Amino acid sequence: MIAEAGLAALWLAAAMALLQLVGGLTLLRGGAGQLVPLIKPAAYVQGALCTLAFFALMWLFYVTDLSVLLVASNSHIDKPIIFKLAGTWGNHEGSMLLWVAVLSVSGAAIAFFENRVDPKTLSATLAVQAFIALGFFAFLLFASNPFERLVPAPLEGAGLNPLLQDVGLAFHPPTLYMGYVGLSIAFSFAVGALLTNQVGPAFARAMRPWVLGAWIFLTIGIAAGSYWAYYELGWGGWWFWDPVENASLMPWLAATALLHSVSVLATRNALCAWTIMLALVAFAMSMAGTFLVRSGILTSVHAFAVDPERGAFILALMLMYTSIAFVIFALRIGTVKQGEPFQLVSREGGIVANNIFLSVILAVVLIGTLYPLAAEAMGDKISVGPPYFNKATVPVMLLLMLALLIGPMLRWRRDALMRMKYLLIGAAVILVSGGLAAWILAPEVGLYPLLGIALSLALAVAAWMPLRGRKLLRTPLPTFGMVIAHFGIAVSVFGMAAESGFSKETLTALAPGESAEVAGWKVQLEDVKPVVGDNWVAVEGQMVASKNGDMFELGPQSRQFFKPEMQTSEAALLTRWNGQLYAVIAQPDQEGDGRWQVRLWWKPFVTFIWYGGILIALGGAISLLGRMFRRAKKPAINKWERA
Amino acid sequence: MKPKHQRLLLALIAVVALVSAGLIAASALREEASYFYTPTTLAAANVEPGKAIRLGGMVQKGSILRAADGVSITFIVQDQARSQKVAYRGITPDLFVEGSGVVADGRLRPDGIFVAESLLAKHDENYVPKELADIDMTAAANTKNTISQ
Repeated sequence: MIAEAGLAALWLAAAMALLQLVGGLTLLRGGAGQLVPLIKPAAYVQGALCTLAFFALMWLFYVTDLSVLLVASNSHIDKPIIFKLAGTWGNHEGSMLLWVAVLSVSGAAIAFFENRVDPKTLSATLAVQAFIALGFFAFLLFASNPFERLVPAPLEGAGLNPLLQDVGLAFHPPTLYMGYVGLSIAFSFAVGALLTNQVGPAFARAMRPWVLGAWIFLTIGIAAGSYWAYYELGWGGWWFWDPVENASLMPWLAATALLHSVSVLATRNALCAWTIMLALVAFAMSMAGTFLVRSGILTSVHAFAVDPERGAFILALMLMYTSIAFVIFALRIGTVKQGEPFQLVSREGGIVANNIFLSVILAVVLIGTLYPLAAEAMGDKISVGPPYFNKATVPVMLLLMLALLIGPMLRWRRDALMRMKYLLIGAAVILVSGGLAAWILAPEVGLYPLLGIALSLALAVAAWMPLRGRKLLRTPLPTFGMVIAHFGIAVSVFGMAAESGFSKETLTALAPGESAEVAGWKVQLEDVKPVVGDNWVAVEGQMVASKNGDMFELGPQSRQFFKPEMQTSEAALLTRWNGQLYAVIAQPDQEGDGRWQVRLWWKPFVTFIWYGGILIALGGAISLLGRMFRRAKKPAINKWERA
Repeated sequence: MKPKHQRLLLALIAVVALVSAGLIAASALREEASYFYTPTTLAAANVEPGKAIRLGGMVQKGSILRAADGVSITFIVQDQARSQKVAYRGITPDLFVEGSGVVADGRLRPDGIFVAESLLAKHDENYVPKELADIDMTAAANTKNTISQ
């Protein structure tokens, strides 16, 4: 019953989206527009119906209704309740339903809150949004119905991939989806503004919070995903350049570029065509990400669907939306007014540099991700891994950081580098001396980690410079947001460089009572004991790590899950201020002499990677709050004046 | 600068950036993209030692040898026609067992042994490393040892 109600809600929501689209089209064609007053209510109802459908599915997972195919094939009666709920989106159909629900609720939110843009542009934007939603409704209803029944109902259900049974990961997909969907709204705004000839600061101000919000969610999603991979996979790495990771990184890169250029458009009325282009690219990247992850073209924990029909469907949607958008772009871009001029050495110039470097990184990542797929279509089996991505992206990232040292200090329109000669000399001194010091202390480390450390040290200082000479109480919140986010980049890059350049690793086999050393730590394996969990059993290595008289206990586990059967390795992490000790225990040595394989890492400052990520997202949040706060304040002042 | 020139200049910069991105990617791909081989195709191709490649096939029954340190192993990967000796140091995947499929990332050493940096084993019933889908494991199991030592 609940399942049928959910399905009915989806069909009705699709009808609402159609109404919204037709209403928008009649408006654009200059028709009588009887349907126009219905656009906003249709958006509200669509949002409500999709929320209903999503909660219906969640309820089915909550009660573990095994007569629903999706629940039966992805849940299990003995699963902890939080993972039963998270199971709602831990599979292909449920995650696509979440996508659509977030999309529709955001559409309703624009219809309700947005009052800055021209009503016609808003209607066009909502029509584009409905057009996107319709594609996904069709996908859900025809190719991946989450409410399909299973007759007869099985007794217990198949279970959820144990790797995905993790609290952090329960919230990873929704976070990324918020990001993807936020970019779809930026896309709708861009196309809406193009169609109604309203590309200008007002449109940019309406679009900016959505870009900023999407970017914050993507940042959190990527950071959380990276931390998950770090502690859950037990391989000691925090970024594998896996196509699925790239699928979330590419929209982030585009969103970061867009975030910067939309600010130029909002405050300086420049980079109009450029911003529109980036908005289209950012959404195309979200679609490409969804395609890569959901089509089953890749084999990984993320690729739930192995049905080629679904992959083809998403690919067709992606090609349709992006090609239509680029055709509109090509047809209408001539009508977009020229922006305000600026000199190359200026804040705008700095942001152009940011956009260029980010786009180059994006292109390189995109090529590296798609090349193996293209090669496979031609009959070649090729894999493109970290060596390619590191080699091709790290130099550009370092250039980007160099631009970031100076960019935020430049003035709008025109500036002279001579004005900041002392600052520049200071930055150069920190950079060179930091690099030299690191090189003297650790000559065996490669060039990139050393440059990364030097640049991040310089940036850690330079990031705060835009606050110099300002009255802090009067400084707008977005400026603080920018400073904190840039400082976050410095923190994160410092962690990445330190980890990749200075990690120490020990791999050995230990019998209980024996010990191993890594980077000055002595780790003793005291005992190995069996442990039992809700739906797994494990062996736990009881270890004591000691350094300079301090002793800590570590308990890495090797877990065996039952439904489905799978083995995972739970790393034990000991966090110190200057790094983490990472311990993994594996199978017993099969010679049968009582030894266990133990892998230990000392990862200096590795936690900075995610602290930096949190700071970056926090900077975004502060900036977003500042914009909303300023918006909220304005009508109040008007009221005061009127009184 | 006239606005029109500015737009042209920006467009030009964007084109130059994209072209250079393409060039960077192409040169990095030429050096770093790793091709997939089975023992048979590896024997036929002239792969220079030190170049990153992937090797896939079946772990020959009885071929896994563990060294005294408890973490180094050698084993033989085979397909229908040939076999290749592999050395690996590290924790092996859970489903890495004799008679099952494996994909190894690594490089050939000058002495002809393939040194694996990571191993990917058949994960569960629903998941087989993509490269192994075409290899007939039952046929591979009957391959005679073709390594000359």
